Amino acid sequence: MTAPLSGTARQAAIEVEGVTNSFSGRVVVDRIAMRVGRGEIFGFLGPNGSGKTTFLRMLCGLLTPDSGSGTCLGFDILSQSAEIKKRVGYMTQKFSFYENLSLEENLDFIARIYGLPDRRRAVRESLEQLGMAGRKHQLAGQLSGGWKRRLALAACMIHQPELLLLDEPTAGVDPKARRDFWEQIHELSAQGITVLVTTHYMDEAERCHRLAYIAYGSLLAEGTTGDIIRHTRLSTWTASGGDLHALCSALEKSEGVSQVVPFGNALHVSGHDAATLELAIEPFRHGGHIWQRAEPSLEDAFISLMGEAKDNFQ
Amino acid sequence: MNFFSLPRFVAIALKEFIQMRRDRLTFGMMVGVPLMQLVLFGFAINTDPKQMRTALRCSDEGPFARSVVRAMTASGYFQFTGRLPDDAAATRALELGEVQFVLHLPAGFERDLVRGRRPVVLLEADASDPAATSNAISALQTLAARALEHDLLGPLARPAMEGAAPFDLRIHRRYNPEGITQYNIVPGLMGVVLTMTMVIITALAITRERERGTMENLLSTPVHPLEVMLGKLVPYVLLGYIQVTLILCAAKFLFRVPVMGSVPLLLASVLVFIVANLSVGILFSTIAKNQLQAMQMAFFFFLPSILLSGFMFPFRGMPQWAQWLGEVLPLTHFLRVVRGILLKGNGPAEVVHHLWPIALFVVVVVSLGLKRYRRTLD
Repeated sequence: MTAPLSGTARQAAIEVEGVTNSFSGRVVVDRIAMRVGRGEIFGFLGPNGSGKTTFLRMLCGLLTPDSGSGTCLGFDILSQSAEIKKRVGYMTQKFSFYENLSLEENLDFIARIYGLPDRRRAVRESLEQLGMAGRKHQLAGQLSGGWKRRLALAACMIHQPELLLLDEPTAGVDPKARRDFWEQIHELSAQGITVLVTTHYMDEAERCHRLAYIAYGSLLAEGTTGDIIRHTRLSTWTASGGDLHALCSALEKSEGVSQVVPFGNALHVSGHDAATLELAIEPFRHGGHIWQRAEPSLEDAFISLMGEAKDNFQ
Repeated sequence: MNFFSLPRFVAIALKEFIQMRRDRLTFGMMVGVPLMQLVLFGFAINTDPKQMRTALRCSDEGPFARSVVRAMTASGYFQFTGRLPDDAAATRALELGEVQFVLHLPAGFERDLVRGRRPVVLLEADASDPAATSNAISALQTLAARALEHDLLGPLARPAMEGAAPFDLRIHRRYNPEGITQYNIVPGLMGVVLTMTMVIITALAITRERERGTMENLLSTPVHPLEVMLGKLVPYVLLGYIQVTLILCAAKFLFRVPVMGSVPLLLASVLVFIVANLSVGILFSTIAKNQLQAMQMAFFFFLPSILLSGFMFPFRGMPQWAQWLGEVLPLTHFLRVVRGILLKGNGPAEVVHHLWPIALFVVVVVSLGLKRYRRTLD
């Protein structure tokens, strides 16, 4: 992707430390510290239920952290949530606009809430940008999933926020719409808007300037795609051809192989130590498979991180 | 068998049982509430009210007067609560609804009895609810003839009066002389309709925002909770006023209910009552997890409101504990306000007497609601 700018070099949009939150005794977010620079696209990854949504909610003042401190756009996340709310656009995971209001009415409502000075123009421009000016009287409930997402994005940007918090914005959206969506995100970033986005898609993660991986409430890795892959210290081989099913189950039991993941017609075999991994696959090298040394992909890195986190958690 | 498969049917039924058990509140409502209502309403409701508060306006303190009072008390329908100094006090006690009856015994009651002059005994009844008073009045008419049979003995017993009462019993059915049920029910309906719609609509409107996730969106904007609440409630207050206007017009033109008091005064007091119901709706919405639960809670509030407020059954006919329960409900007091204004021509002084308990209710419920209201999502 575009050259990742170092998070520490520029002014911080988000800077938090020790942020913790628990629901009825269960710690959902555990002492997270992170820094996101202005204009950065920051990807937030992790398994379901890892605390990503809770973290976003704390950043925009929907939840108060139990402990920890920090600033969002220069305002204190504990005491100045009103100021933060004015400058942040938060797109919830679930469509949360009014299904029985039309597109125009929904946008107009949000514009009124933010007290936009030239409300009518803002709504008209937003509709035009959406490409839905002709369908503005359509009820939001009648839109398809992809269009609902676009409406939600348009609505949370109508007050021209400095920071966008997007919670799985492209879940259930077709590839074309996803590509358009990410183009828009990069345009916004170029304008200086900071974007914090959660996703489960690896291709989307790779489009972010920087990433953080969170599991069971803890931040496990942070940095560029390369940083994260290096962080896991994986070595990977791919095997293709032959009976991959048998190979897969045989390899899983081998010492030195930490994960075997099928990718289409190939297996990604990874281990934390290059030498032991090579020893481990040696017996299978001459079984009619084609073996190649490969760069571990981001996905390999994530699967590895997820496995480690589970081990630590149990 | 393609039409009906037993395993499939069992699968659905089992799933339904599991879901029923999960939703504790609904389950509790299904089992506990009917039981509670059975006990509550079974013991509380009484269509033949006894022990109704009666004041004595007496200008004669003789033994005959005491006999009349004793006989009336013995019938079980009347419970004498005190004496009133003058007729103005009698009217005021009836207007405020402090007593159901006032018994007037004239000066010289005993003298006239002894001389066989058939003194006039007046029973003033608050007949705005005909059901409450009719049994007591008919009981009084039969007991009048025999009330003094132990006192008027020997030379005082006049054969000519055999069978007829020794005094002339006159009954004033005040506020609703013809005993028209609609006069009582139609104004009462205003309170019932408002209770039903206001509580349900607000409880649902706020729970819906949470259920559909739109609340999360709202809370992430700079909007303040007070703005959300007021903004959501004002449209329903207007709706409530449309209902009030409709019912008032129907009362006046369709049912010919007399409008003795001031309509602006009524409209002003309605606001307090609407606010009371809206606050209940808000409180429910802070507890309910989904719209179904909100609906159930609203119904849970609505039933006692209808049964224990004096709308359907005479309030004074209920046992004391049920009356205390009824006094908590805003509808009980609002019924007194609306019937008082329309039928009795109550002015601001009497209305305030019934309004302050509603205001107190609002204060309590709103503070409970604010305590429970979650500004953030935690």
